[in-house]
Amino acid sequence: MSTAGPLLTVQGISKAFGGVKALSGVSFEVPQGAVYGLIGPNGAGKTTLFNVVTGFIQPDSGGCMLDGTRLTGEPVHRVVQLGVARTFQNIRLFHQMSALENVMVGMHTRSRAGALGAVLRTRRVRDEEARLEAEAHALLERVSVAAWADHPAGSLPYGLQRRLEIARALASSPRLVALDEPAAGMNASETASLSELIVKLRDDGTTVLLIEHDVRLVMGLCDRVAVLDRGELIAEGTPAQVQRDPAVIEAYLGAPAEDARPASHAEGDTALGLPGVA
Amino acid sequence: MRRWLFIQALRLPLVPSAAGASASPLARGMVLALAVAALLLAPFLVDALLGRAWVRVLDLVMLYTMLALGLNIVVGFAGLLDLGYIAFFAVGAYLYALCASPHFGLYLPFWLLLPAAAVLAGVFGVLLGAPTLKLRGDYLAIVTLGFGEIIRIFLNNLNAPINLTNGPQGITMVRPIEVAGVSMAQVHSIGPLSIPALYNYYYLFLALTLLVVFVSIRLQHSRVGRAWVAIREDELAASASGVNTRNLKLLAFALGASFGGIAGSLYASFQGFVSPESFGLMESIMVLCMVVLGGMGHVRGVVLGAVLLVALPEALRYIGPMQRSLFGQVMVEPSDLRLLLFGIALVLVMRWRPAGLWPSPVRRREFAAAPAAGGSASTGPEPRP
Repeated sequence: MSTAGPLLTVQGISKAFGGVKALSGVSFEVPQGAVYGLIGPNGAGKTTLFNVVTGFIQPDSGGCMLDGTRLTGEPVHRVVQLGVARTFQNIRLFHQMSALENVMVGMHTRSRAGALGAVLRTRRVRDEEARLEAEAHALLERVSVAAWADHPAGSLPYGLQRRLEIARALASSPRLVALDEPAAGMNASETASLSELIVKLRDDGTTVLLIEHDVRLVMGLCDRVAVLDRGELIAEGTPAQVQRDPAVIEAYLGAPAEDARPASHAEGDTALGLPGVA
Repeated sequence: MRRWLFIQALRLPLVPSAAGASASPLARGMVLALAVAALLLAPFLVDALLGRAWVRVLDLVMLYTMLALGLNIVVGFAGLLDLGYIAFFAVGAYLYALCASPHFGLYLPFWLLLPAAAVLAGVFGVLLGAPTLKLRGDYLAIVTLGFGEIIRIFLNNLNAPINLTNGPQGITMVRPIEVAGVSMAQVHSIGPLSIPALYNYYYLFLALTLLVVFVSIRLQHSRVGRAWVAIREDELAASASGVNTRNLKLLAFALGASFGGIAGSLYASFQGFVSPESFGLMESIMVLCMVVLGGMGHVRGVVLGAVLLVALPEALRYIGPMQRSLFGQVMVEPSDLRLLLFGIALVLVMRWRPAGLWPSPVRRREFAAAPAAGGSASTGPEPRP
């Protein structure tokens, strides 16, 4: 794995749902080892782009490459196998399976045992199961959910469910993990520990693609940020660059100065955390 | 009472962990030995206490247990509602009947036909599964129901222009199973013991049922079983976890169907006769009821469901003569009563034990989760946002 060069290349993605252009010609590159933020107002096309990258929907044109391997056109489970794992905006755990089993399902692509192996339970299969279980435990430790290993996933507190979902995504040993609004619905302390976790992931060499509404989190955490508005990429760069970009300010705050409205109408401004902007 | 004992006997070997969790290895071994003895002696006991007819019921219990466990893979493990399951039973039964009867004059050996029935039914399972991969719930149920009927109607009508299945008359004089030159349909004697045909079949069916139970349990606690449960709970999340949902659903269809095919070929040789009317929609629903009533996805529960739903209708037959002796006439036909009680039982179970009579811990949680979803999460150490 080279540290230089992009890990994920998104090239000219367009996608329309009926008459609605959800994405038009979006291109950007996610560098190896970065935390890459994807922001934009509601309906900007962030989740659609996420679904395209992870193979859940196919774009009308354009495509994604992971370190030179084309992802677009592959079924979802192949995309996972190629190294892109994701979480969901509304948590989608296997609620009645234990936390440990959730993570073990996440290791599906990294294990081999088939039906015959399961029935015969050969030495290889038993060794594999033991290895999966040990690794799953280690992953739960890593996201600090280990104490809940044997609890049904649905019974975990909300913040831990988010972390468990991240552990399940990590279980496939992805090169890129895509987190869809991981801090949604979290309180301040949960958000803080989540951002610690994301930093830890990056330090361990996993590239992170992050959709997030909590702009403070994005600005504090991300190495680079792409801003989408109405399906188009309007800005891309370091958080500092993006914050100063007039197009971004307009997308978030509405029309420029001459018909300036009261600050209370411009909902984005406090969230952006940019005193100079408003 | 004896039947209850028999049920106990049936479940014991399936629950070594439950029996042994709190007991010493010695106690566990004794329980296991008792269970084996009970299973081996069951036909003798049943014959002596209830009569020969009940040994036949015992045989049918084994057959339906195999069927129900096969359907349990599809419905219970992978969560794919299949209303045409009996079609695979039919495929196995007809394969055996056609290849071991005077109809074509073929008499292929049993050890060849049984695996062939499993494979052919498995192929049919994939044929049904492939076009329905994108369907779930009600829609899948409708398509599978149609598939089941198609198979039955084909069997009913494939007597012209070429007589393949002999149509509604069915195929008669199916040759009984022979194992190593010993025919199942004859009375054998070992020393002073004489072992009638129904006993022979019992032991054969028992062996295969135990095999099916074993395979089911092994599958359940494996990588494949976990992936099935994942698909059942959230197919999208399963694929996002790297599970090839297409292949695993097809695998569930194929494996479930092959269990049905094996049971079917055993049934053909046991009855000596097959006809399309044995494979109607009601049969599919009966097998589904065994799975649902017993406890979807729970091997022991499904076995219990099969035992109850095969044995109870037989027990109800006594109601007719009983009425005559009590009231001098039959006031309610036992067959009507059967459906009435069956309906009531289903309503009661769905009302009071929606996860089945003997649910797996996971399923119990699934059904309990709906009303308690809000409360359960707040029991954690961290406050909910």
